[in-house]
Parts: sequence; structure tokens; C-alpha cells
Amino acid sequence: MADTDKPASTPLSVQDMILTLHAYWGARGCLILQPYDMRMGAGTFHPATTLRSLGPQPWNAAYVQPSRRPTDGRYGENPNRLQHYYQYQVIMKPSPADFQALYLGSLFAIGIDPLLHDIRFVEDDWESPTLGAWGLGWEVWCDGMEVSQFTYFQQMGGFDCKPVAGELTYGLERLAMYIQNVDNVYDLRFNNHGVSYGEVFLENERQMSKWNFEVADTETLFEGFRRAEAECRKALEAKVPIAAYEQAIEASHLFNLLQARGVISVQERASYMGRVRDLARGSCEGYMDKYRPEWEAKFPGWTA
Amino acid sequence: MSNSPTPFVSSEVETQSATADFLLELRSEEIPARMQAGARADLEKLFRREMQAAGLAVDDVTVWSTPRRLTLMAKGLPLATEAVHEETKGPRTSAPEQALEGFLRKTRLSKDQLTEREGVWFAIVEKPGRAAADVLAASIPAIIRAFPWPKSQRWGAASLAPDSLRWVRPLSGIVALLGGEVIECEIGGIRSGRTTMGHRFHHSGEIQIDGVDDYAAKLRAAHVIVDHAEREGIVREGARKAAADAALVLVEDEGLVIENAGLTEWPVPLLGRFDEAFLEVPPEVIQLTARVNQKYFICRDSAGKLANAFVCTANIEAHDGGAVIVAGNRKVLAARLSDARFFWEQDRKTPLSAQAEKLARITFHEKLGTVADKVERVAKLARWLVEEGIVTAAPLPVGEGSGEGAPPSQSQSTPTQPSPDRGRALLADQVELAARLCKADLVTEMVGEFPELQGLMGGYYARAEGLPDAVADAIRDHYKPVGQGDDVPTAPVTVAVALADKLDTLGGFFGIPEEPTGSRDPFALRRAALGVLNIVQRNELRLPLESALQAFVQICLDTAYERGHFPARLELDTSRLDEDVVAYRVYQISSLLNYQSKFDQELFVALSAPFERAKSLRVTEIMPLFGSFLPNPIVFPENLLAFLADRLKVQQREAGVRHDLIDAVFALGGEDDLVRLLARVHALQAFVTTEDGTNLLAGYKRAANILKKEGFAASPLPAGEGSGEGYPPSASGEHPHPILPQAGEGYQAEPAEQALVDALDAAEPLAEAAVAAEDFTAAMAALATLRAPIDAFFESVTVNDADPAKRAGRLGLLDRFRAAVHKVADFGRIEG
Repeated sequence: MADTDKPASTPLSVQDMILTLHAYWGARGCLILQPYDMRMGAGTFHPATTLRSLGPQPWNAAYVQPSRRPTDGRYGENPNRLQHYYQYQVIMKPSPADFQALYLGSLFAIGIDPLLHDIRFVEDDWESPTLGAWGLGWEVWCDGMEVSQFTYFQQMGGFDCKPVAGELTYGLERLAMYIQNVDNVYDLRFNNHGVSYGEVFLENERQMSKWNFEVADTETLFEGFRRAEAECRKALEAKVPIAAYEQAIEASHLFNLLQARGVISVQERASYMGRVRDLARGSCEGYMDKYRPEWEAKFPGWTA
Repeated sequence: MSNSPTPFVSSEVETQSATADFLLELRSEEIPARMQAGARADLEKLFRREMQAAGLAVDDVTVWSTPRRLTLMAKGLPLATEAVHEETKGPRTSAPEQALEGFLRKTRLSKDQLTEREGVWFAIVEKPGRAAADVLAASIPAIIRAFPWPKSQRWGAASLAPDSLRWVRPLSGIVALLGGEVIECEIGGIRSGRTTMGHRFHHSGEIQIDGVDDYAAKLRAAHVIVDHAEREGIVREGARKAAADAALVLVEDEGLVIENAGLTEWPVPLLGRFDEAFLEVPPEVIQLTARVNQKYFICRDSAGKLANAFVCTANIEAHDGGAVIVAGNRKVLAARLSDARFFWEQDRKTPLSAQAEKLARITFHEKLGTVADKVERVAKLARWLVEEGIVTAAPLPVGEGSGEGAPPSQSQSTPTQPSPDRGRALLADQVELAARLCKADLVTEMVGEFPELQGLMGGYYARAEGLPDAVADAIRDHYKPVGQGDDVPTAPVTVAVALADKLDTLGGFFGIPEEPTGSRDPFALRRAALGVLNIVQRNELRLPLESALQAFVQICLDTAYERGHFPARLELDTSRLDEDVVAYRVYQISSLLNYQSKFDQELFVALSAPFERAKSLRVTEIMPLFGSFLPNPIVFPENLLAFLADRLKVQQREAGVRHDLIDAVFALGGEDDLVRLLARVHALQAFVTTEDGTNLLAGYKRAANILKKEGFAASPLPAGEGSGEGYPPSASGEHPHPILPQAGEGYQAEPAEQALVDALDAAEPLAEAAVAAEDFTAAMAALATLRAPIDAFFESVTVNDADPAKRAGRLGLLDRFRAAVHKVADFGRIEG
């Protein structure tokens, strides 16, 4: 449970915010999962969202996913740009009728008073060509700042979502900066015992930015990409689509690193993205193929 | 003869007087602001269509929207549809069997359903009136299913099924009340009722609606202003007032008013301030950042300068008066402006010339090469416009001209005064420089973030690195004019670059060919054409369009050669071009560009062989030769000049010039100088509205009719000018001139006849000289002198005289008169 040492009027620390969200969504039927143990660009890549949004069976989960965006690294010198940050991800399938109200309840739980702050749902449709996925929804504004993405998945891996899953993505650092009223991410209180976000992550940002931009051996990265691609295909042939999907995640991240190293030209970029998309889609197809008979039997009338 | 009966339909109307008011509210999760106006119109349209189909008369309909609801109110809806009694008359009972069968097929009835009356079959259909409640219960789901949202989605448990309901965002409730009674219906698991919800945060719990009369008031009590126009008014006035309270002036922006009203159910405009230090960033950047990213208004101070203030629109009446909201928004804007300032500083570290090199990485169009290729062509074409004397330096102030006549006096002479040649060379250099840099800002961070700032930022960066103002202005303004009412460039450097850019776009896309069709104009070629026309007219440029197109083609050839796409330089033989060859060459060049990657010697030889022959071949003969190289050999359906002519007609028509007068001048053909062409049209318009003009036209028509009746077609148009549908000229053949005798040949001319001869003798050289001098008003005046003589001629002279010599002489005279008039315009095309 959240740290209760501090009086209620003090804004939540980063870790208490996470604990509060876990308690909130856990109480509403979500599995509280741990981060996936792979490097990935966004919480959506976690198989608990990508693969589990396929098929008819209900699925409700919430988790923190460390997200890596090598090109966003700023050597720890930018107050709000990071190559590694946290996304809080909620996925509910089928999307509940009161999904918006549930979401607003979570904001209230972490200390945002909707009669003091201006909360708005502003059109923002989501698309991930890499995952063959898209959905409609909003970016949620709090006093003009985007604090979450709210999406009703319509397609994943090229398949219509039947039923539709609702997805929430909170930018945790951004939200915490807002709640704690700090202008620099490294000044965030990570806990209530004097540890700042900077103490945890500043050195990581410096070193990882250097590695991402300057050190990482590009031949190794290219080789890694090729191997992940080959391994993904092998896994698909062996009908282990979850393993295949892991290789798609790996290839996607290696591609991001190659981008950060500046060794992929504009023309090549599209081709690499196409290759990652093929892996991700192939994995989704493999996943669907594997479970289709079971789902069709369990959910009469359901078709892929 | 037909077996089918002649049906007639008669209806007997039962008058219905009972009416009631209808309320429909479709509540959903947040509808994108940009879609709300369209949704209101669609809802009304679908409702009216449904009611009309059911036979319910709809009078007054009001439609409102908020982010969370679409509401329709129809006052005085009839409670039932009219009962209909339809009789269709069929064949006689004595008619052959086939006639009856045909009638039954047509009416879809069986024989025992027909009624016989006085030996004739009748089909009688009684349609009882339907209760409006039943109609509506069926119509509401139909409207929802048919709703044409630009984008729609599925949601929730129901979306397990493939054909589940779609709506713009999840639909959450339906209020449907007719005269206070719920219209029972159900769609996608949502049942209609009288329950709605208030403001998301200011109100909790359900609201029971009785009907049209209490709907808006009950929602207002729940902090929802359901009338979008009222919310727009609150945003508009509130933002104005917030600015005025801070002694500032709001920069009005109706688009933002509508958008903010579409994002709120209870709008509260609030003014905030940002750090003054950000004002060093160009004001356009601040405005765009505030507007596009944050939907804020901006303000000016009393001197008209951008102020460090913004107005945001909250959706709540915050219990602290909005202080926290303003503080939050200020922080977000500050972060955005920091980014903008970072771009502004970063971009200025790289000179535009270095940025321009990166354009080689950006594709302009797959068949037209990179943006760098385009820049190269534009630079050459812009220089050509100056070197040909089409675009000249602004006229020097009187007395300072370096005219060749008067030697400069000692006192006035300025040693640096350029000679005309040097002036032209200087202008050409500036034009080329501006053209080479005009697209460089496309690769800057700022334009990457805000594409709308293209051109403008280039201008800022050019000035910041110390380039001449004329060059910076040209970079800034070379996209102009971008729409109707936009400024048309007049500064010489800007004119040359703006014109060259548009001509290149037109030449390129017509070459590949990618012409606009119908409403499809993905490359905005109509806008480019209108831009060319406006620039030429505004600056009175003497631009021979055909030469310009030839220059463009040569520039394409040169550029392709310089870039190594051609092994040799190809040169146009302009003396042997006709329009087809020009068109063909444009096509060929772009095809070569398209094939540049696999271009080799062999292909070049294959392509250049017909290229030589092209000088004597027509497009239709050439294209098959390319069949193996081109995916779809396409003959130009029309060429660029015709397209420009067409745009000119549209433009002039919109400007109020009579289309028949435009046609009258276009019909002369052979004119590719827009300025001269329009001068003639305008002089003609002025002339035909005068009394002389009207009467001369009448005389012309009479003469033309007589000649036509007598079998004398129009005499050829002035030498060198085609007789075709206009412009550009079709290949002008030599028309045989009808040989007619002169008036008075072999007989004594009557006085009126002689007077017309004399008048023509005087007017013809005058008109001809005036046309040559491009003084079309004088040409019209010369024609005007013919009015009295032609009137008098018709008054007292009989053309169709019994004496063949007189008849022939007089016809000859009329033909001469008609020809004289034709030298100025084809009066045959003028109406009236």
C-alpha cells in the first residue's frame, strides 16, 4: 500500500502515484502485472496489450512499462526529455461502458481535483503502422497539458478487434511533475524519504545517451536486427508466436537504436519499418492462428 | 402501341391537425470539435429525409451540439402520417390477357385484389396513417445507423460481433420524446428514455427531461449550455473581455472560437501571461504555437505589437477562479515556446545555403525528382525571366533614370547607378540567389514543427544571416498568392521567383502528366495557374507563355544533363516546334527523370532517336515508339496553355467580365500574352456597353447574317492568327479568301455606300495601327466611326439588288466591314 507517512495534502511521490494507480485499477478487476523484461518503445508493445487485445476472451490488466526512446535522450540536460521513462498502461477488453469515468476516477485518486483543474478530452487518434494497429480516442488534457492517451483499439496486427479493447497510457513523469509542481523531471520526489528522480536516473540518462548516440556498435546492432528477424521467422514456423513476438520487440528496439546512431537513411528507414511491421504482424497472425479454433468454440458467432 | 395501361394516381387526404414537439438527444463520449458542425447538418438532413419518406411534414428543426451530445428539436410534428388512398387505372376487363398480366406485374397485385368499375380494372391501395411515434421509433435507429461520421468506431462488449454499431465515439444514451412521451427504441443495447447527464464535473446524477420546453433549462442548471451558438458567443465575448480587462486587444480568430466551443459544455475564457523573453521569437511562431498546439487566443498591445498574453478556454468554473488552470496552461505554453525558441536559435546556426543542400534528400514527386531538382529548375527559370526582360527592376523614380538619351548631369549623377545591363545582371543574380534558397527552410527544425511557416521562416533566417532585403522578401513571399484575396507579389525579385516556382510546378505536373480532373487537383495546379495569372496581370508582365514553356523544357533537359542523367546535352529546335512537340517533350523529359536510376547509354540512344524525329512527328505517332519504356504511354489530352486559358476565363468571369467578350477575343487565337489579351477584352467590354458599340454590334450582326445567307463564310482572321476555338492556336491553315468585287465596281455607288467605303478607308488603318500599338481603346474608337455609316448603309441601300454587279459589290463591302471589325474582336461571339 502507498506510503502513508506524509499528510494527505502533500502531493504523491512517484512511487506512491504508481502504488495508488495499482490499488485503484487492481480494485477494478485489473491484473497488476510487472513490466515486460525487454527493451521496448512504449507500453503498447507489452504482449499484455498487443497479443492480449487479439481474440474474444476478456482481459483486464495494468502495469508500468519502462519505455525506451533512444533518440529522445538528452544526456540528462533537458528538463523533460528522457531516453528512458515510465508509462503506466491499462488495458480493458471489452472496453467497459464507464471507461471514461473509471479513468477520471484514477486521476482523482492521484490527487487531481477536476473542479480545480481543467480536464478535457481532445481528439487524437492513434495509429501504429509497426503493429498494424489503430484506434480512435483522445489525448487527455489537464490544464492544457497532455497527461494521457485514451484509445479504443479498432485493429491490432491487421485484425479487427472483436471485441474492442480500451487502452490508457499515462505519462508518469509528466503527471508526477504536474502533481508535485516541479519544472525539472530530475527534481521529482521519487519517494517520501528524500530520494529524487535524479538520484535514481540522472546518471543512467547521461551514460545511456552517450551509448545510444555514440558508443553502440552499429555492426552489432545490424547483426542483432538480422538475427532477431531470422529468429522471429523460425519461431513462427515452430508455431510459438509469443516467442516470435519477443523477437519482433527486439528488432523494433534495435531499429530505434540504429536510428539514434544515425546510420539509417531516409530511404532505408521505410524499408526497416516495413520489416519490423512484417514481424509484428506475422506474430499477431501466428497468435490468432494458434488460438482461433479454441476461441471459435468458446465464443459462438465470433470470427477472426 | 403498348399493352401497358396508363395509370393515374389519386390520393385522398385526411387532414391531420394534431401535432407535438419532438426532442432527440444522442449522448456520446467526446465528439471531436471539428466534426460537430457537419454532424449537426447531417442529423437534420437524415431526420428530414426519414420524415419525408414516412410522410410526416417537418416544419421548424433546431439542432444543437456539445462535445457530448447532438440534439435535434422539431416543433409541431404531426402525430400521425396522412392516410393515403391510391387508385391506379388498369386495362379494360375486355382487354387481352397480356394487358392484364402486365398490369398485375406492374402493381404487384393478384387479380382478385383488383376492383372492377364500369368495365375497367382498378388497383386500389389504402395506406392508413401511421402514428408518428411508430415512425420515429423506426427512424431513430435508422438515422443512427446511417450517420456519415468522417471516422467511426466500435466499442464495448457488443463489438465482439462483426456488425456491431459504429459511432464517432461510444454512444451512451438516447433521449427521444414526442410531446413528452418517450419514443421507445433500442440500438446497440442502448434504450431510449428521458434521462440525460449534466456537466461531467459540475453535476452528478441523472436528469429527467420532460420535453423540448425544459430541456435546455434543465441542462443549463446542470452546467451545460447545449446551444453551440451560445457557447461560441461566450467564448468570443469572454476572450475579448479578458483581453480588454488586461488593457490588451484580442486577436480575433473565429476558427478558435468554434473549436473551443466544441471542446466545452461550460466555457470559461481565462487570460494568462507568458515570459516576455519569448517575444524575441517571431510573432507568427508564437501565434501558431499557441493556436495549433494549445488552442489559445493571443493578444496585442495598444500599439499593435504581440503581447505576452494568451487566452485559454476552460470547461469549468474552477473554485479558485481559475488561478491553478492559468498557471498550468502557462507552464505548458512556456515549454512549447522554449522548444520554438530552441528551433529559432538552432536553425540560425546553419546558413540557408547549407540547409538547401539537404533538399536533395527530399522527394518532390517521384517523377519530378527531389526538391533540390525543383530548386535548380526554378533558379534557371527565374533567371531566364529576368534575362529575357520579362521581369524587370522596378522603374526608377522620375529624374533618376539612367536613360540613354540625356547624359547624366554632374550634380545628379550617382557613380554607382547601374546601367540597364548591370541593373538586369544584378537583378538576375538576386533572383537566382533567392530561388536557390527559397525552399531551404523546409529542412529547418521550425518548419518541420510548423509546416505552415514555410517561406516565412526562410525570410526570417535570410534576413538574420544578412542577405539583402529583396532576397529575404522573395524567399518569404514566393508561395504567394496562395488563395483568393492573398497579396500578389510586386517586388521584382519576388515576382520572378514566385512566377518561376509556379511555372515549374505547372510544367512539371502537366509533363508527367498529372493534370487536374474534375474536383481532383491534388497538386493544387489550379491554384498555381491562378497564381501565374494574378502575378502576370498585377505586374503587367509581357510573358509569352509558349516561349516560357519552351524555356522550361530546355531547362529540364539542361538540368538532367548537368545531373548526369543524360550523356549529352539536348537542345530544342524552337523554330520547328508545334504544340504537340512541346507537350511531348515535357512528357518525355519527365519520363527520363523518372527512369534516371536505370538510365544508360542504350536507353538514351533509343530515346533520342525518336527525339530527333519528333520535330516532324505528332504526339500520337511518337508515343508508340516509347511503348517499351513507358508504363502507360499517354497522349496529352490537353496542354498547359489551354489549361491556363481556361483558368483565365474562369478568373475573368468571376471578376465580372462577360464570358462572351472573353470568347470574342479568345476566338482571334494566337495570343499567348495575357496582358495584351486582357487589355483587348477590357476595351471591348467598355465599348460594347456604349451606344456606338451596341449599334455597331447590331450592324455587324445584320451584315454577318446577310453574308451567311448568301453563303459567304467569315473571312479569315488577321494574318498569323488562328481561327480556332481560341488559344492556343490550332495549326492555322491558309483559308481561301472569298473573292468579292469592290463596292462601286461596274456601277455607280450610292452615297451611303460610298460613305461606308470612305469610313472603312479611314478606320481600317487607324484600327490596325491601334491594335499594333496595343491601344485597344483607340481601336474601338476607330470602329466606332463605322457605326453611323453602317446604319446609314442599311437605311438607304438595298444589298439584294436585281443588278448582280451591285449585289456583288455590296456584299463585298459588307464582307470588308465584317473583316475590319474582326481585326479587333470576333463580334460574332458577342451576345445581344
